Amino acid sequence: MSDVAVDCAGVWKFYGDYPALRDISFQVQAGSCLALIGRNGAGKTTLLRILAGFSKPGKGRAHILGSSPRETEARSRLGFIGHGIALYDELSAWENLTLFGRLYNLPDPRRSAMEWLERAGLERVRDGLVREFSRGMRQRLAVARAFLHGPSVLLLDEPFTALDDRAIAVLQQLLREALAEGRTIILSTHQLREALELATRVVLLSRGKLLFQGERTQEMAEDPGLIYARYGES
Amino acid sequence: MTTTATTREVSPGSSGHSAVRPRGVAGSARQALVIAAKDLRAELRTKEAINASLAFAVVILLLFSFAFDEDLLRKMSGGLLWIVFAFAGTLVLNRSFARELPNDCLDALIAAPISAPALFLGKALGNFLLVMAVELVSLPVYGIFYNVRWTTQFWPLMGVLALGTWGLTVIGTVFSALTVNIRLREVMLPLLVYPMMIPGLMAAMKLTTELVAGQPLEGDVLIWLKLLIGFDVIFTALSVALVETVLVG
Repeated sequence: MSDVAVDCAGVWKFYGDYPALRDISFQVQAGSCLALIGRNGAGKTTLLRILAGFSKPGKGRAHILGSSPRETEARSRLGFIGHGIALYDELSAWENLTLFGRLYNLPDPRRSAMEWLERAGLERVRDGLVREFSRGMRQRLAVARAFLHGPSVLLLDEPFTALDDRAIAVLQQLLREALAEGRTIILSTHQLREALELATRVVLLSRGKLLFQGERTQEMAEDPGLIYARYGES
Repeated sequence: MTTTATTREVSPGSSGHSAVRPRGVAGSARQALVIAAKDLRAELRTKEAINASLAFAVVILLLFSFAFDEDLLRKMSGGLLWIVFAFAGTLVLNRSFARELPNDCLDALIAAPISAPALFLGKALGNFLLVMAVELVSLPVYGIFYNVRWTTQFWPLMGVLALGTWGLTVIGTVFSALTVNIRLREVMLPLLVYPMMIPGLMAAMKLTTELVAGQPLEGDVLIWLKLLIGFDVIFTALSVALVETVLVG
């Protein structure tokens, strides 16, 4: 049995004639954490959106746990945090989590929602509308939504951006626990230090091309700028 | 290294509860109802679309009642009613997928293990109930302003309203998904929906004119009923078949 959780083979993506991704190939082993790094416009978000099944590659294929990201089986085991919090402002925190619990066919959506509200430190405001929440509270609720169904693969697009200290601490702790439990994580970020603390592998993208992929070394963790200096385009 | 088998059997533990695969048609139907309930709850809290749609319907009914003489109004009352419903309905339908844009909620729905047809049917059901509510409130207003005894054939009229409204909401919902990322979607949606609706609207108008005149649905009129049912079946099937492509490309 293969132990590849995410398989990206020869992926191209075009916006009109412009190739946003050019022949991207890499694999992520189950239970590992991949840091997807690159400057603005490198193609990180485009790649994550293909892996999450929001768009299809122009050429090549992306597989999550052996199947297309659009397969129900893959989606039920995928968690995603994107640029938006993906929560409804006009619903309460409790209603939002219960809604997604039902969509993910959890055995007991109400209990799962309550547990995650407690873990996110939001149980006291469970009936408050999301539109009334502070930014930090919204972000913590977004993290709870992504982890609610116990996904095997987590795709995180700039997860640390705009988080307050408490939310960063909650997220880092959850990611460590997820790795310890054998879940697979791909996170794109500009915040190299936080990412390289968790990552076991690194992929560097630049203008849609894969410039480097390999193990995260201690040297990289100690000096995050080293990757750009050694492998990045000037 | 952790094997795939281990990862696939990640225990719920304290980090969440593993999703259970949805089971067949019943699972999809349940998810569609969850989507419809979510949309209705959100709309009833904000009342963005329903207030605008209802106000628009009442104002247009009032203005039309001044524009034509009584004999002409009786002949074209079914048509007028459906023009008002179609215009007011697009105000509801415009919000259908636009409601998912703030906070990138549409991404979360697309990422969830809900089939695109179930998502679409849930949205369509929510829209159907909202548009029907607008229509049911508008009918007494219509009866008063146009001096029409619309309750004479009450249940057949309700049936025709439901069939016509389903056709409108199915087409409107799929085009709402198609135009959700277009800046001028409020303009584009009616431009796309109304031409597609012509056969369905023609049938609904003809049937409604007969019913509000107190005539039962029989004889040659039944062909319009068959057309309306066929229209609904064909466009529902087409929309269900195409919605995955519309949402993901």
